[in-house]
Amino acid sequence: MTLYTSRQIGLNGRHGGMIAPVIAVGGCDLHGPQSALSPAGVGAEQISSLFWWMAGGAVLIWAVVIGIALYATLARPRKKHDVQGARWLIIGGGIVFPTVVLTILLSYGLMLIPKLRSTGNVDLHVAVSGEMWWWRVRYTSPAGEPVELANEIRLPVGKRVSLSLTSPDVIHSFWVPSLSGKVDMIPGRENTLILEPTKPGTYRGVCAEYCGASHAFMAFRVVVMEPQDFEAWLTHQAQPAVSSGSPSARQGEQAFLVNGCGACHTIRGTAADGRVGPDLTHVGSRLSLGAGMLPNDAQTFARWIGHTQQIKPEVRMPSFGMLPEEQLTALATYLSGLK
Amino acid sequence: MTEPDANRDDPETPAARWHSLWLLTLGPAFWTMHFLASYITAAIWCAKFAGRAGSLETVRWLIGGYTAVALVGICLVSWFGYRQHKLGQATLPHDADTAGDRHRFLGFSTLLLCGLSFVATVYIALTVVFIGTCE
Ligand code: HEC
Ligand SMILES: [Cu+2]
Repeated sequence: MTLYTSRQIGLNGRHGGMIAPVIAVGGCDLHGPQSALSPAGVGAEQISSLFWWMAGGAVLIWAVVIGIALYATLARPRKKHDVQGARWLIIGGGIVFPTVVLTILLSYGLMLIPKLRSTGNVDLHVAVSGEMWWWRVRYTSPAGEPVELANEIRLPVGKRVSLSLTSPDVIHSFWVPSLSGKVDMIPGRENTLILEPTKPGTYRGVCAEYCGASHAFMAFRVVVMEPQDFEAWLTHQAQPAVSSGSPSARQGEQAFLVNGCGACHTIRGTAADGRVGPDLTHVGSRLSLGAGMLPNDAQTFARWIGHTQQIKPEVRMPSFGMLPEEQLTALATYLSGLK
Repeated sequence: MTEPDANRDDPETPAARWHSLWLLTLGPAFWTMHFLASYITAAIWCAKFAGRAGSLETVRWLIGGYTAVALVGICLVSWFGYRQHKLGQATLPHDADTAGDRHRFLGFSTLLLCGLSFVATVYIALTVVFIGTCE
């Protein structure tokens, strides 16, 4: 499956903000970045083995039932079966067998829960808040300072991570199928999800609870890294923004502050300290833009800033298409350069 | 003619109480009450007393008690259902258009519903067998 769905975006507002998503669906790709069947975390491994056992059992039961049906209708046994035997077949196959199987499955499922949910031995705490329609992510830096990031989660491989999940607006649900099951983010409540990634790689997470117009565009990447790479990454993310300082980037920084972007966005190290939208301090280093919607390059920055409303229905950021082309380009250069 | 069995119901003569459906509902009612009692007890315990990672030890005993009561109740109801099903000489499938067969049919249905309620009640109780904390 391709990470970025290819979609044509009506670039002139005349199409009434219509977007025509041409989504390249990868069919049944078991090894995609968002597949519960190619697990890369302890939770997902247990879920997928449970799935395969249940699928196998279901196929077996189906075959037996269909086999008996075919026997009864096609084979037409010459000798009638006696009523007593048939009754025991019904009691055995229709009551005892399913009860035993369901009891085993239920006990197995219940047995998994305490270990999966235990908050003991946690190496890392991350707070994630689902907001219409993006993800606010809070780490604690190696120096003990809170670091706010957005729309991307990086985790050290082999470590147990506790995510505290909240929402300030409506119910969302946090789901990274490759790593674990999903947990709802409920306003006024703090839910916990334990992740234990086992394979380095880049996975896709989504909101799994309908939350409004752009629910389907509320995704994020999870990058599982070697622990020392993770430390380096987090240390870097904790730093203030570093701009390239080129004339265009400097013009972009000016445009950012002058046009009021800073009322909603923070760029650490500048005067912009808004808290409404995602932190943009290192936005250029992320793998995607607009909560998993667009690839991250200067071109898509310009498109996002100029056509926000057309790209993402009802998004809580105004389009800045009225800005002169040159300012949009400068903003794009500046922001994409914030690595 | 003497009436040696004056107190016994004549299997084919309808009595008013034979039309009652109440017995049928009792098995699932025990199941429902057990579910609600268990759920509410655990919810209040975790929210008001034990806290998020608290132990369910006390709740386990309480739910064990509820389960014993519910299962004994369900067994009693199924015994009544069984007797109703066995009334007279008729055998399954109790599908004649007579008051007696309707009576037996309701008894047999009660018995089956009690079986379902029994298993469901055990399944609810299994939760606290395997899960020991409020997490
Ligand atoms: C009214 C508040 C508001 C203002 C003003 C605003 N934004 Fe945003 N911005 C948001 C919100 C909310 C989002 C998250 C949208 C989403 O993905 O659902 C966002 C997202 C973004 C993103 C994508 C971030 C990411 O992690 O993918 C960029 C880049 C961005 N804004 C740039 C700008 C620029 C440049 C300006 C000024 C020209 C600006 N914003 C003005 C609220 C605002
Ligand atoms: Cu959603």
